[in-house]
Amino acid sequence: MKKFFSFFVAIVVLLSISNNAFSISPDVFIQSTVNRASQILSLDISKDEKISKLKIIAKETVDIKGVGFYSLGPVRKVLNDEQKSNYSKLFENYFLKSFSSRLAEYTNPEIEVKSKEVLNKNYTIVKSILIGTAERPEVKIDWRVYTKYPDNPLIRDLIIEGLSLARTQKEEFSSILNSNNGDINALFKTLEEFSKK
Amino acid sequence: MIRLIKISLISIFLSVNAFAGSDGSLELSKKNLSTKDCFEGFNRASFALNQGLDKVIFKPVAVGYRALPSPVRAGTSNVLENLSNLITIPNNVLQGDLISAGINTTRLVVNSTIGILGIIDVADLLGFPEYVKEDYGQTLGKWGLGHGCYLVLPVLGPSTVRDTAGMFVNVMGGDPYYNISVNGNNEFLDGQLYATTKILSGIDFRAKNIEAIDNLEKNSVDFYASVKSLYLQDRERKISNSKDVIDTMNDGSWEEIDTN
Repeated sequence: MKKFFSFFVAIVVLLSISNNAFSISPDVFIQSTVNRASQILSLDISKDEKISKLKIIAKETVDIKGVGFYSLGPVRKVLNDEQKSNYSKLFENYFLKSFSSRLAEYTNPEIEVKSKEVLNKNYTIVKSILIGTAERPEVKIDWRVYTKYPDNPLIRDLIIEGLSLARTQKEEFSSILNSNNGDINALFKTLEEFSKK
Repeated sequence: MIRLIKISLISIFLSVNAFAGSDGSLELSKKNLSTKDCFEGFNRASFALNQGLDKVIFKPVAVGYRALPSPVRAGTSNVLENLSNLITIPNNVLQGDLISAGINTTRLVVNSTIGILGIIDVADLLGFPEYVKEDYGQTLGKWGLGHGCYLVLPVLGPSTVRDTAGMFVNVMGGDPYYNISVNGNNEFLDGQLYATTKILSGIDFRAKNIEAIDNLEKNSVDFYASVKSLYLQDRERKISNSKDVIDTMNDGSWEEIDTN
């Protein structure tokens, strides 16, 4: 019985170790992500090279598919599988272009993670600041991190000075759909054209 | 008499828009409803006009302003912010926030005297709490009035029916600086100076946001909708007086999305 108990304890300990071995704290994840991005932005390489390197980081750290479906709003519930797959591809291209070219405008941005707030099992908000320079004031940036799978946290939103980029994108897409009588193909076309620009 | 006409106009404007685009319910009496774009055609035209004016006038002036030495810009910005206390303080009182009203009054006195008309933000150096601007639109929101319809004003930019009504309160006696400079009988201040400070506020804002606005425009698929969303989010946050993003940005639909 004692042997069985020791064996049981060992299994539990092993399981808990293996469960936590790869879990990454959301604040550490964000700090390491921004450090990687910052390093690229400070490199003496062309803007296009920076953009392609930033795209790699974005693919690894942002839940692009999740952000895409959030941005679609209630329409996501009525799309068929083919439309969903088409949308996911178009959104990824749009997002990577938009996100990386937004970031590429900054040279050597210094972001400091300050704290984190666990919302629930699935989400943690990591609070950080973009350190001010002579040209721009300090900017507060909060990151909505999806933590359902702790070994693979992913960014789902950037909230800059209280303004959510995902929500802005969602309202932008909604405006395009409203202007085109809810025709999803109009949104597909807009995303395609943006990516080709 | 003029004041009576202004009040009547605002009342009509508010009552008309309370019904415009609603499904038979009073939009203005409800909070947290999505803001309707009842005047989208007019708004988009006005937005296009403002973009044109921005390209030709505002942005070039803002770029020129940015070329001024940093202390000059900082001093100008401080003076403008100090003046805005004159609107913030009565709104602190109207919102029942007497502590902030007291702090901001002290800030105004300290900065206007020791800080040489507000050029130096002495209050900040003394460790006063961070300054938070308030206006009559925010106060109306705090009192429970909804946004009303979204509105893009020519030259002035994004607003809502409620916030536009709030702006009218400034010129109806709610802004002591306006009262003294436009209606006051003194040799130091006049309407032109008042207009100059308002224009300078706009240039100062534009100069601080040149890259951000360019970046947003370049990366938006519907720039009009982006600006509208950011304006409304910003107003919601200011009205809730919350620094805590979680309160205002939590969106239930995130919970439905599972992609792993």
